[in-house]
This record gives sequence, structure tokens and C-alpha cells, in this order.
Amino acid sequence: MAELSTSAIQTDYMAQVRQKRIMNTILLVVFIALMLGGFATANDRNAGGFWNGLPMLLDFPADVIGEAYSRAELLHGYFLKYLPSLIETINIAAASTLLGGLLGLVMSLLVTRGLAPVPWMIGPLRRVLDVLRAVPEIVIALVLIFLLGGGPVPAMIAIALHTVGALGKLFSEVNENASLMPVEGLESVGAGWTQRMWLGVIPQVAPNYLSYGLLRFEINIRASAILGFVGAGGIGYDLRNTMSWGQGKFDEAAAIFLLLFFTIVVVDQTSSYLRNRLTHGSAKGEIHA
Amino acid sequence: MLEIENLTKAFGQNKAVDAANIVVDKPVMIGIIGRSGAGKSTLLRTLNRLTDATSGAIMFEGQDVTQLRGAAKRNWQSQCAMIFQQFNLVPRMDVVSNVLHGTLNRRSTFTTMFNLYPTEDIHRAIEILDRLGIAEHAPKRAEALSGGQQQRVAIARALMQDPKIILADEPIASLDPLNAQVVMQSLRDIHEQDGRMVIANLHTLDTARRYCDRVIGMHAGRIVFDGTPDQLTTGAARDIYGADETFSEAATSTQIETLNEEVAKLANIAESV
Repeated sequence: MAELSTSAIQTDYMAQVRQKRIMNTILLVVFIALMLGGFATANDRNAGGFWNGLPMLLDFPADVIGEAYSRAELLHGYFLKYLPSLIETINIAAASTLLGGLLGLVMSLLVTRGLAPVPWMIGPLRRVLDVLRAVPEIVIALVLIFLLGGGPVPAMIAIALHTVGALGKLFSEVNENASLMPVEGLESVGAGWTQRMWLGVIPQVAPNYLSYGLLRFEINIRASAILGFVGAGGIGYDLRNTMSWGQGKFDEAAAIFLLLFFTIVVVDQTSSYLRNRLTHGSAKGEIHA
Repeated sequence: MLEIENLTKAFGQNKAVDAANIVVDKPVMIGIIGRSGAGKSTLLRTLNRLTDATSGAIMFEGQDVTQLRGAAKRNWQSQCAMIFQQFNLVPRMDVVSNVLHGTLNRRSTFTTMFNLYPTEDIHRAIEILDRLGIAEHAPKRAEALSGGQQQRVAIARALMQDPKIILADEPIASLDPLNAQVVMQSLRDIHEQDGRMVIANLHTLDTARRYCDRVIGMHAGRIVFDGTPDQLTTGAARDIYGADETFSEAATSTQIETLNEEVAKLANIAESV
């Protein structure tokens, strides 16, 4: 390489910097223009209009909080009343997360480059995962409710299928970042594919699996609550009944919202505790030299 | 200039630094030696305020820097540059941007987010890189450089801070002997030409002897030696490393010449038996 003088390097670098700054300015202007233009278009197509509707945005929460506040002494009774359906909802979510997570784990190992036992199957299996993610849970649930009748099982299957698609993809991204050195080490001693995956890959990535799995659990609680709206049982069914305007049951709706909120908080706190335990081992003071 | 008074840093029951007292009255080059876990890193990290001290004071030009908070603390950190064993650069950014990070304390968050550094700063960054002999790598990503080159980028970032003190935490522990020599010589040149105080943690005795004006030995959090390289006898070194009479200075060496001597000595022994 030819020796460049310092001033030549300075001039070259400044030219690069100037080019980057011009590009950034153009991108910023385009971004702002697109945002403003897109907003105008969307607002024109909206039935009610954004600015007209904006002041009414808080009407529903205000009604809910108002009714709940005026009958606050009834709240704890509602908590007990809706606890069984909450447990049903959590049950649907837990079973579907567990089943979907296990299937997703197997799928993820089959679609990770460098780990997959049958490399040519990676593409087709990834498309399968894409399909599972693309079809909305509510559509699968409606079809299954039509075939199997209403109840928690169709909802569980619908959410589990979506979970396979979602966790399969996330787990395979985690697998890609796993070091292949332990896998090679196990291969050198003559271990089979399942042994290599079970002993070489999964211990490395288990904390990440757990954190994605628990995040999915949270999402699935919400999903199973929504499926209650279409007849899959659980707390969603009660929420639909209490939420309809003009029934004067907003205080019960508020109790259900609070139950869901506390559930999510509990799951979140438990998951961060478990994740810390798994990544750092049990609580022991670490010493920095 | 710099006075460390009874500085203690405890992690639970364990005292990483135990009542350290150091007085430095003029800018010199200091080497801190000791085995791993002796508290060398913690001492430097407390000086830079990356770690908070448990008790004691660090007086610099009449001010106790352990008491600084917020902007005053960040201002102190900008005057007291740190060089790390693993370089701690931003790997995906180019070399000049990494050097310009040395000016972050003086710039607003907004301008640095959009990389709007003044032209004179960019020119100065490239001049510093040129002084360290790596100007031709200026537009490359930091991760594309070798370890020795990355460490020199880290030194350039430190110089960009225009600091009063440069702290170097095992600057050559991840480098091969030749690059180690280049990096240590750069630190020595910075000390001699700019008159900046340099404090370096080193794990080899001969590096400390060769480049430093003053050597401080630490053992289990305590300062057990403080003097000139000449005063550092083999006996003193054994105390610092907690070693017995089989300890020889060359065993801690990464210097090519001393290693060769050691190999030759071993060969002689092998021949005689």
C-alpha cells in the first residue's frame, strides 16, 4: 500500500464524512415527508377522522374507572368471581406455551444452518414455520371450534400452533449464535445428532430459550383471553360480556383488567428471577479483581 | 498532585483494595505489579470512578474525586483516561469515530448521535493516529484491525481526551511480545513528550522495570512495595507474588530477549545432566 501523507488522509476522510452527512440529511427529510404524507392519507380514509375522535379517546377508560371507583367495595368480590375463568385462561396459555415451545425447540434445531441434520430440509421447514406464524390464531381457533365445539382445547391447539412458528424462529436465531466448538468436541468423540444437540447446544442457549419462552407465555395469556371472545372459554368470555356498552357492568370489566394486569406482573417478575438464576447460578457475590 | 489516602474497596467480606496509600507529586510513569486478583484493576477502576470506593479519599489537585457526582464526575473521568486489556472500542464503528469518542464529555448528546464532530477535532484525531503510526487505517472499522493496532486506537482515544492522567489496565496482556513493545513504547513516549502521568497495571516485572520510573507492588489488596525499579530486588518481587525461592523474574517475562535467555539457561542445565 502506498504511503499517504497525513493531510491526504485527512482530506479523504473529511470527504467521506461529508458524503455520509449529506446521505443522512436526505434520509431524514424523506422519513419526515413519508410520515406526514402517510398520516394525511390514513386520516382521509378514516371514517371518523383522527382529530375529531381524539377528544373522545378517553371516554371508555373514564367510564370504566368511574364505575369501578363508585362501586369499589364490590371489587374483591369480583376478583373471586372471575378467578376460576382466569385460571382457565392461564391454563390454556401454559399448556400451549409448553407444547408449542417443545415442538418449536425441535423445529429450531432442524432449521438452523450448521446444526440441521438434513440441510436441504431447512428451506421447506422454515416455510412451514412461516405459515404457522402467518395464519392468525383466531382463524385457527374459529375453524377448530366449528369442528370440535367450543371450549379450551381448540384455543389451546390454536395458540400452540402459533407458538411453534414464533418460538421456532426465535430459538433458531439463538442457536445460530451458539458456539460450534462444543458441538465439534462431542462429534469428535462419536456422539449422535441428538446427543450433540442435547449436550452441546441446549446448555449454551437454555437461558435465552427460557426468556423467549416466558415472554411467549405472557403473549399467550393475552391471546387466550382474546380467544374467549369467540367462544373458547376463559376470562375473555366474561370480559366480552361485561365490556359491552350500556350494561352497567364496567366495574366487573375493571376487575378483570386488574386480574390480567396482576397476572402479567407476576409472570414478568417470576421470569426475570428464573432467568437470573439460570444465567448467573444461585445468588453468590462475584468478585472483580 | 495525586494523593490516595486509605483507599479501601470491599466486595462483601473480601477487600479487593485494602487501605492503599499512594502519593505522587509530579507526573511520572508508574507500574503496578502483582498477581491476578491482587486488586490492581480495582485500584485503577476506583481512580477512574468506574467503581466506587468503599472508604478513603483520592485527592487530585486539592479535590477529592471520590465525592464527585453527575457532570463533575464525568468531567473527572474525561481528565483521567483509561486503557483496557481488551481495548473496549466500539467494534462496528470506524477508527476515527472511536478516537473522537474521546471528546464525548465536551460535546452535546444530540451532535454526537448524528456524528457531527467539528472538522478540527477530526483533523486532530487523524494527527494522533499518525503519531501512533496507524493513520492509514483511519477509515476502517475498528474490528478489522489487529490487537496491537486496536490498542493503539484505544491510546489515541485516551489522547483525544487530553487527559492529565492515563490509566492503563493490563494494556499488553492480550498482545504478542512485539506489539506489546510498541504499545509500551507509545505510552512511555506520551509520558516523556507530553508530560502526562501514566499509571499502568502490568503483570510482568521486566516491563515495569524497563518502562516505569516507579514501581508499586500489590499483594492481596495491600501495597507491599513502593519504590524505584532498582530497589525492586528478587526478594521484594517474591513478596509481591507470594512465591518461594524457585521464583525467577524471567518466569513472568513476555520479553523475547529474556525468554531466549531463559531458554538458553534451561538448555545449559539440560546439557549438564
